[in-house]
Amino acid sequence: MPTPRSIRHLKVGEKAQIDRITAEGELGRRIRDMGLVPGAEVEVVGRAPLKDPVAIRLKGFTLSLRNNEADFILISPPEAQS
Amino acid sequence: MSSYTVALAGNPNSGKSTLFNALTGARAHVGNYPGITVEKKVGQVRAGDAMLEVVDLPGTYSLTAYSAEELVARDFLVDERPQAVVDVVNAGALERNLYLAVQLLELGCPVVLGLNMMDEARKMGLRVDSKRLSKLLGCPVVELVARVGMGVGELGRAAAGLAAERQGSWKPMDISYGPDLDPALAEMTTKIMSKSLLTARYPARWVALKYLEGDDQVKEQGRLADPELASWLEARAQEVADHLRATLGTYPEAVVADYRYGFIASILKGGVVTRDDLGERIAVSDKIDLVLTHKLLGPILMLGVLYLVYQITFTLGKFPMEWLQAFFAWGGKAVEAGLPDGLLRSLLVDGIIAGVGGVMGFVPLVMLIFLLIAFLEDSGYMARIAYMLDRVFRIFGLHGCSVMPFIISGGIAGGCAVPGVMASRTLRSPKERIATILTAPFMTCGAKLPVFILLTSVFFPEKQAQAMFAMTLLGWAMALCVSWLVRSTVVKGESTPFVMELPPYRLPTWRGLGIHTWERTWQYIKKAGSMILAVSIVVWAAMTFPGPSEDKTAAFEAQKAEITAKIEALEAAEAKPEAPASEPEPDAAKDGNTKQEMAGDPEKTATPSAEADENSLEALKAKLEDLNKAQAAGALASSLAGRMGIALEPVSKWAGFDWRTNIALVGGFAAKEVIISTLGTAYSLGKVDKEDTAPLAEMLSAEGLSISAGLALMVFILLYSPCFPTVVAIGKETGSWKWSAFAITFNTVLAFLLASAIFQAGTKLFH
Repeated sequence: MPTPRSIRHLKVGEKAQIDRITAEGELGRRIRDMGLVPGAEVEVVGRAPLKDPVAIRLKGFTLSLRNNEADFILISPPEAQS
Repeated sequence: MSSYTVALAGNPNSGKSTLFNALTGARAHVGNYPGITVEKKVGQVRAGDAMLEVVDLPGTYSLTAYSAEELVARDFLVDERPQAVVDVVNAGALERNLYLAVQLLELGCPVVLGLNMMDEARKMGLRVDSKRLSKLLGCPVVELVARVGMGVGELGRAAAGLAAERQGSWKPMDISYGPDLDPALAEMTTKIMSKSLLTARYPARWVALKYLEGDDQVKEQGRLADPELASWLEARAQEVADHLRATLGTYPEAVVADYRYGFIASILKGGVVTRDDLGERIAVSDKIDLVLTHKLLGPILMLGVLYLVYQITFTLGKFPMEWLQAFFAWGGKAVEAGLPDGLLRSLLVDGIIAGVGGVMGFVPLVMLIFLLIAFLEDSGYMARIAYMLDRVFRIFGLHGCSVMPFIISGGIAGGCAVPGVMASRTLRSPKERIATILTAPFMTCGAKLPVFILLTSVFFPEKQAQAMFAMTLLGWAMALCVSWLVRSTVVKGESTPFVMELPPYRLPTWRGLGIHTWERTWQYIKKAGSMILAVSIVVWAAMTFPGPSEDKTAAFEAQKAEITAKIEALEAAEAKPEAPASEPEPDAAKDGNTKQEMAGDPEKTATPSAEADENSLEALKAKLEDLNKAQAAGALASSLAGRMGIALEPVSKWAGFDWRTNIALVGGFAAKEVIISTLGTAYSLGKVDKEDTAPLAEMLSAEGLSISAGLALMVFILLYSPCFPTVVAIGKETGSWKWSAFAITFNTVLAFLLASAIFQAGTKLFH
């Protein structure tokens, strides 16, 4: 099994599937409320001018989160699970 | 006719406000929920033969208890038990939006689902089978395009119909939470049912679920209602949590969320949502974002947009502002003409009309700036500004969203800190909010502007625009530095998550913009207007009482009577040209000499001379006028504010301020624009108009104030205590007068230290 990657390491335009969310408490709740759940497909659509925060696309909408928050969202390549 | 309460729920950016406006139009009331700074909007609408009282709940993604908005929404639902709940969902992002709908259904509310933005969803190539969705969820579904009013009437009728049908009964929906949670949930539900724990408010299974999710509010209520059962429930929930952690490395809340999304996915799969075969079209939004959030172009365009907002506000806002100011000036004159000289007239003209007029004069500017900000918000660009600035702001302990309160407060010179402080509500974290609220008043608000225009024209006549710009930048720099200071001392703590939606760009509607603008402007008028009325009266009193001693007044009156007599004699003489002019009276001058020099040097104007034109009618009238001004200056000097100004001089001289400036700065606590008119009176110039500061500028130049004193004064005015209406807003928004007191003292001390440093350094360098 490859070392778990987080959303932080995705390049702009790269897609992935969410594997696990390791955040708990308020951040964890907030991430889930926004629809970031295991199985969801995400694509990095942009980064702010200072490389942080990052903008990601989920089905039908765009979210932004900071890199250190993206670290809690572990991903796998989209084809790995299909 | 039956009447029902209908709550409007939905995610932020789902078009909830647009729908609310479309439903209720102008008949809405805006206020706050008691004790909390979350906005409450209530409006009425007729649907068929029923009357609906529509309550707009705050936009939430969820019904947990972690933000004020969510608690307000949840408490409203369980306490008020609205007969119907309309959940507005963005049809383009159904999956995420249904997360709230499912929670509403679990709570048992009679839900009507409003599928909003159907037009955009269709453009994205999405098709939604709303009949099928309605069947699967077991609730009415209405397709909407709230922006143009499509489906709005139908939605109202559906809500009324559901309210009539359900007759206030709640039917909670059950979702399976899998083999790890379901048995525990069932066990806990049975216990809760048998003891009726909190069941008057919530469904039993819902309470059990909240225990598993670790909901603090419910846990607390449970402890109060039945401590024994509550501790059993908490222990059981802990057991489940421990088990999950040991076996799956997860925790109950995550499992609950995952199963809810699983439930939603299963509903949507059965042919409810189909996508066109066009493949994944890059939405127009993404293309715009490629440019607007580009790493080089983005910030440049952002600065351009902010500059444009500033330009539009000022070029367009100037005219109505002048009209309003002219109107209040006319009102003041009318009252002045209609009432006899005395305290009542002074209170009306100098206290109330001047004070309230000062605030109302800014209404056109405030309206314009709110209109433009509403445009930036509704179009979706505001979220991008926060997105681009977050990294920078985080360094200073702020949040990307802090930029809006800063801009409204005058980050683009000319805002107002009162609505700016109110705008900080968009920030979720209390810590970043307090830092934003405390530092927003450092910006160059619209009331500081005329003062800076005056001072820069005196001290930097060649480089006025640059000096103004430098003041705006200094405001930003100080706001950021102080917020860093505050966040690393008084309000320490981690930054809040920046998990924020970037809504797709859309063209705002005129109606939406109009309503947003009006709501905020009205709040500004109400808050600033009522407070400033009270404070203008207090400050007027401080500047009027105790007044000059009777001897002085008598001396002035004697002089005035004398000149008046001469004028009358001259006028009579002009009627009869051969009559001789009366002799000038030297006593008056001596009288003036004995007065304190603080009284503005009446001697200069009253010096007798043998020259013939000294006794011409014009000269005498001018003399009378000067005498009046000198008397006003003398009165100001002997008033409470004047005495404070004089008492402060030994301290304030470190920053280069004399007693006259001090009085003006004391007056500036009521409202910064008072500084100019007070300076005018203190320098015995009479009233000085904000718009026409030339005489005061000449006077200041003639007084030979040094550049360092002027710079120190400008920095002091930029930074010292926020004006009183802002202080009140700070107290209300933070919920603690402690922060108001902090803002007054901390800012004044900081401003004074900085101004002193500038003045002392400047004096050393240039002498």
